[in-house]
Amino acid sequence: MGMTMTQKILAAHAGLDSVSAGQLIEAKLDVVMANDITGPMALPIFREMAEKVYDKDKVVLVPDHFTPNKDIKSAENSKAIREFAKDQGLSWFFEQGKSGVEHAILPEAGVVTAGECIIGADSHTCTYGALGAFSTGVGTTDIATGMATGELWFKVPSAVKFVLTGKPGPYVSGKDIIIHIIGKIGVDGALYKSMEFTGDGIASLSMDDRFTMANMAIEAGAKNGIFPVDEQAEGYIKEHSKKEYHIYTADADAEYDEVVEIHLDEVRPTIAFPHLPGNAKTIDEVEAMEPIRIDQVVIGSCTNGRMEDMRKAAAILKGHTVHPDVRVMVIPATQKIYKQCIAEGLVDIFIDAGCAVNTPSCGPCMGGHMGVMAAGERCVSTTNRNFVGRMGHVDSLIYLASPEVAAASAIAGCIANPEKVGDRV
Amino acid sequence: MKALGHVFKYGDNVDTDVIIPARYLNSFDAQELASHAMVDIDPDFVKKVQPGDLIVANKNFGCGSSREHAPLCLKTAGVSCVIAETFARIFYRNAINIGLPIIECPEAAKGIEAGDEVEVDFDNGRIYNRTKGTEFQGQAFPEFMQKLIAAGGLVKYTNSKKAEEA
Repeated sequence: MGMTMTQKILAAHAGLDSVSAGQLIEAKLDVVMANDITGPMALPIFREMAEKVYDKDKVVLVPDHFTPNKDIKSAENSKAIREFAKDQGLSWFFEQGKSGVEHAILPEAGVVTAGECIIGADSHTCTYGALGAFSTGVGTTDIATGMATGELWFKVPSAVKFVLTGKPGPYVSGKDIIIHIIGKIGVDGALYKSMEFTGDGIASLSMDDRFTMANMAIEAGAKNGIFPVDEQAEGYIKEHSKKEYHIYTADADAEYDEVVEIHLDEVRPTIAFPHLPGNAKTIDEVEAMEPIRIDQVVIGSCTNGRMEDMRKAAAILKGHTVHPDVRVMVIPATQKIYKQCIAEGLVDIFIDAGCAVNTPSCGPCMGGHMGVMAAGERCVSTTNRNFVGRMGHVDSLIYLASPEVAAASAIAGCIANPEKVGDRV
Repeated sequence: MKALGHVFKYGDNVDTDVIIPARYLNSFDAQELASHAMVDIDPDFVKKVQPGDLIVANKNFGCGSSREHAPLCLKTAGVSCVIAETFARIFYRNAINIGLPIIECPEAAKGIEAGDEVEVDFDNGRIYNRTKGTEFQGQAFPEFMQKLIAAGGLVKYTNSKKAEEA
């Protein structure tokens, strides 16, 4: 019986010719990553097991959640991993000012590449599946074990295959597609499984679209999301990374639990309503409702803080001003993206429209800092979770959307259709 | 090995943001985290929970973030076992790794209500609802898993094994 793309990567890292779903394996790890929330907690556990990390080039620490340090405790946590990185001589410690949101900076800096087996103590580690890697989120004990030994046990996942066909419309991007998919299969629709994206439609998706989609695989309960490595992906990898990479492809007779067809040309701008990422509504359904007034817009995060996201938001906002009742935070996900936004004049567009442009951080996405919400407030956010209390008060509401829907909503003061604002630009 | 206590009952998709909101994650002190357990879904939980109490929930318990702070705060608050129809995968691994027993049992999740007194026998996977006099069969915990839980988690278990071998 053939193997899925994920199974092939796992087999190779376990030193086995083949694996099948449900099998327990020990796999070698190419990258082990933690941040300023999970990293400090891992250190005492790591020290119970080892003195030195298994490979100073493969253990990566990114302070990005509560940074720039939001309070004294956060500062102590960042300090702990900074000192650890120094003591251990880690090659990859992404300090503020040279850094970014972990899942944007790792691909950009070439730390992760195709065919690798990657764990991160952050659930959105599945993002790197866009590069054709097996990449999954784990907790603190697992990450400490990975840091110490370079290996971890896995249960080989079965897979759901998504066959993408056609081409998305002008105001539809990776975010709309993935919310559409989660809406279709549910927030546990791929529980414990791989989401393997295939089909001719992938050619029309940019790398940034793919990062967004792989990023939210966890929101369907998946262990990982993964894309085939096509010419575009290989181009991205070569541009960003000097690492050796391996291209794995699923066998023609690989077995899937389910095959789901997605016609990209039928996907509409799609919004996830409170309080689940699978609570999907199309912009047409939203327009048929009473207007949903909003107080805040966040454009950024590991889901949608990349260059293309910034360009799309700016194209909508150009020449407009933010609605007087709305606060807008634009957060380029890395310093490089921030600088590019300045070079392309996007920061001018954002500031002229009345947006705050903030330094890279996870900040508002998990109600950490830089945009925490009060009771009763509503936010359109390009982030990945709209759980109760995720961005602040338990009585605040989060609507997940694409950068274009978020930008259109910022102008209108309510959830709005980017197709209509776009016409006026 | 057994668990015995009263039940706190929740629905589908209890996420790690309501189990322990990110605003408390600037600490990983177990006692401090426990003092905020379940605050965004059940502010009375911390006031009411007694050592040995159980949580019973429906589908996809622990979805969302990879924060190990979530099972740790429940265990430290006194929760002896979580029973659910299904668990999110990262939570499942994290719970086992820190020594919080969890059992997938859809029948028990449906047949147990808030406040019921429930006994779980990890040797045979038997879940007994003392209040209603009903019984459910979950999966038994293999010996290594019971030892791991008794040791207080994967790291302590691994180290104790190493000590035994030495």
